[in-house]
Amino acid sequence: MPYLPETPSQTAGPYVHIGLIPRQAGFEIFANNLGERMVSDATRGERIRIEGRIFDGGGSLVRDALVEIWQADAHGRHAHPADAQEGAAPDPAFHGWGRTGTDFSTGIWAFDTIKPGAVEGRSGRGRMAPHVSLWIVARGINLGLSTRMYFGDEATANEADPVLKLIDPVRRNTLIAPRSGREGAVVYSFDIRLQGEGETVFLDI
Amino acid sequence: MNPDAEFFPRDPADHPPACAPVYKSSVLRSPRFPLLSLQNSLSEVTGPVFGAGDMGPLDHDLILNYVQTGEPIGERVIIHGRLMDGEGRGLGGMLVEVWQANAGGRYRHALDTYLAPIDPNFGGCGRTITDAEGFYSFRTIKPGPYPFRNRVNDWRPAHIHFSLFGSGFAQRLITQMYFEGDPLIAHDAIIATMPDPALRERLIAKLDLKASVPLDTLAYRFDIVLRGRRQTRFENKLAGS
Repeated sequence: MPYLPETPSQTAGPYVHIGLIPRQAGFEIFANNLGERMVSDATRGERIRIEGRIFDGGGSLVRDALVEIWQADAHGRHAHPADAQEGAAPDPAFHGWGRTGTDFSTGIWAFDTIKPGAVEGRSGRGRMAPHVSLWIVARGINLGLSTRMYFGDEATANEADPVLKLIDPVRRNTLIAPRSGREGAVVYSFDIRLQGEGETVFLDI
Repeated sequence: MNPDAEFFPRDPADHPPACAPVYKSSVLRSPRFPLLSLQNSLSEVTGPVFGAGDMGPLDHDLILNYVQTGEPIGERVIIHGRLMDGEGRGLGGMLVEVWQANAGGRYRHALDTYLAPIDPNFGGCGRTITDAEGFYSFRTIKPGPYPFRNRVNDWRPAHIHFSLFGSGFAQRLITQMYFEGDPLIAHDAIIATMPDPALRERLIAKLDLKASVPLDTLAYRFDIVLRGRRQTRFENKLAGS
């Protein structure tokens, strides 16, 4: 039987906000804005903020991008039927997905979420270091860019991570976010460079 | 991880290249390093799950979902089709989101300054969950063409943006749907990022008179294919072991 080719990607364009985060486009239309809020009072785990900016190959801020995040819960479980890991059941108060836009003036994007646990690796033998998956679309991006963010305070787990180990040490740090505190909150800073010096490692997943 | 959960690798020949100078915005927003190719792990084969309960009753009806004083102006159209994987199986229960300009080619967006007017009764976005067989449908106003800053006389053909989820985050896709017969398709810089005419053809919705509502609304058909799952024909271990 012939396989059907995947539908071609096209850029999300400059007005992606209308469809996916209409409040940023400037209007209210849906009762429920998907992906806007990731954590409730009932969610288990350490509250963190992940934030960053996106730069293009000329060093300019990308202020019209959409960023999506996908991650496991505090115990490394995904709210998804393909996750058959043993252990604690997935946290019913955590969906694991969020989306936001880079700010039209500052270029900053941010997610208020929880720090994920380690997830079983592909082989089933080891665990991957805690990480979140990110997906970036914007005007000028013809096919959405995938990457991962790892946590700067997980040096031992990061050393053993099967994906980070594939990356030359010179570029590995583009995926590791330093942890800091700001007014009592935990912040991981993750700037993304689409091209050029310090270019972020993007993944063909 | 169950090996049946893995997706086929993405074939770059099915997509425009990251850097396509005809579309100027892509020049500085495209990585220069090759992508790092990974075999799927749980992080890629899982993804957010949505359901009908996440949708409002009019979310899929762009003619009615932003009515303030009356219905929006323009050609009434139904856009429908099937979301499938690479083996032609319908993908049920998946989130499909759309956004578009109004009949005059103007977006309801803080940064759109085109001189065509905003339609007070048209929001320009919608969403739905595919049915058990993967079918979806929207009702909307046919969007107008509009100029955009690339070369000074570049115009976008009428198009609707589509955002698709499969069951795994690796299937995530955003694309644009065009309308059969639009003369601007041949001149569009964003369509020109795909030099292969076979790719362009996959993004052109076909007039579907049979699905039209007589004396009411024309229909167009647009099927969408996401990456399929690898099927394990042989496992690398002996039966019974």
